[in-house]
Amino acid sequence: MIQLKDVTFGYTKIAPVFKDLNLELAGGHIYGLLGKNGVGKTTLMKIIAGLRFANSGTAEIFGEPSYKRSPAMLQDLYFVGEEMYAPALTIRQYVDTFAPFYPNFSREQMDAYLEQFELTGCTQRISAMSHGQKKKVIISFALATNVKVLLMDEPTNGLDIPSKSMFRKVMAMAADQERLFILSTHQVRDLHSLIDSIILLDGGEILLAEPNEVITDKLLFKVVDSTEGMTNLLYAEDTLRGIYTVSENVNHEECKLDIELLFNAAISNKKKIKELFSNY
Amino acid sequence: MDFGTDKAIYLQITDYICEQILNGRWKAGERVVSVRELATALEVNPNTVMRSYNELADRNIIVNKRGIGFFVSSDAPELIRTEQRAAFIHDELPRLFKKMRLLNISLEEITNHYQSTENQ
Repeated sequence: MIQLKDVTFGYTKIAPVFKDLNLELAGGHIYGLLGKNGVGKTTLMKIIAGLRFANSGTAEIFGEPSYKRSPAMLQDLYFVGEEMYAPALTIRQYVDTFAPFYPNFSREQMDAYLEQFELTGCTQRISAMSHGQKKKVIISFALATNVKVLLMDEPTNGLDIPSKSMFRKVMAMAADQERLFILSTHQVRDLHSLIDSIILLDGGEILLAEPNEVITDKLLFKVVDSTEGMTNLLYAEDTLRGIYTVSENVNHEECKLDIELLFNAAISNKKKIKELFSNY
Repeated sequence: MDFGTDKAIYLQITDYICEQILNGRWKAGERVVSVRELATALEVNPNTVMRSYNELADRNIIVNKRGIGFFVSSDAPELIRTEQRAAFIHDELPRLFKKMRLLNISLEEITNHYQSTENQ
């Protein structure tokens, strides 16, 4: 559904953010886009959405260059940025104004999502709402558009604790085999049960982009008492509960993906990670 | 649900479902809640729940009736008990024995404790 080929992009000519980036993403997945601050997560989403243009290489969405921003493409694409456009309209007025751009928009779903977020019957103008409330309105709207590609930049930022749980519920309700979600996040603990594939960005390149089960098939995440005698160890972290380790999953043991550990292991061991997931 | 342990989330969900079947909340022969419903309730990716359902179907604990959905198979409780008995003997007993040896606890001592709780 999304394909980037040899994408190079920089805000200045001297320091490119990305160099020869290649990425292919399919529907039916919730991708977690991870990377350190300033690594270009938002920029990557903007390139996919056609809001930034690659210096070289191509970014395609539904098989057409995203920079063209054709109406057909825009009907099936929504980008929830960290800063949201919040006009002085009530939720109802907002829906009346912007829903017509999305032929598959469902008012029923919008109401169901608003109900989950406890915003039913809210007549306040969006501009006067708190940051968290604005976010809930925009997320509800974005999901109700039923677009095929939905990009969300730090969706749980600004949400209070119960709202984070509601966000996960609403996402689980909305996910289906036709849709592709990309969530950029630092709040890995908020979203680890939702994300089924990981895109890891570092130093202008993609370290890995794989479904969780491919990652846990190649990497073993395990808490041990001692790392003595452990072969193929990639990363270890001492904690009160024991030593958290990431090693090569030579025997294909079942394990649970720990996204934070994966992140640390990948950043400190780039070469090995790229070797293991070398199809990129 | 808190997915805090080291076990893969889809396996934690299969454990959860087995528990529901053993304690009778999900009854043999009854229809299993839809993937989306359970995903929403547990706040997980629907693909993960689908993986759990496929895993349980492979173990014959639930059956897929084409076009209608998944159902708890009639011998599900017995199947789960057999599985868990094997897991207890294979995984938990060795751990218990190891600890008993470490702390010098004899089998007689354990037997006495076992019998005293049985009488309660």
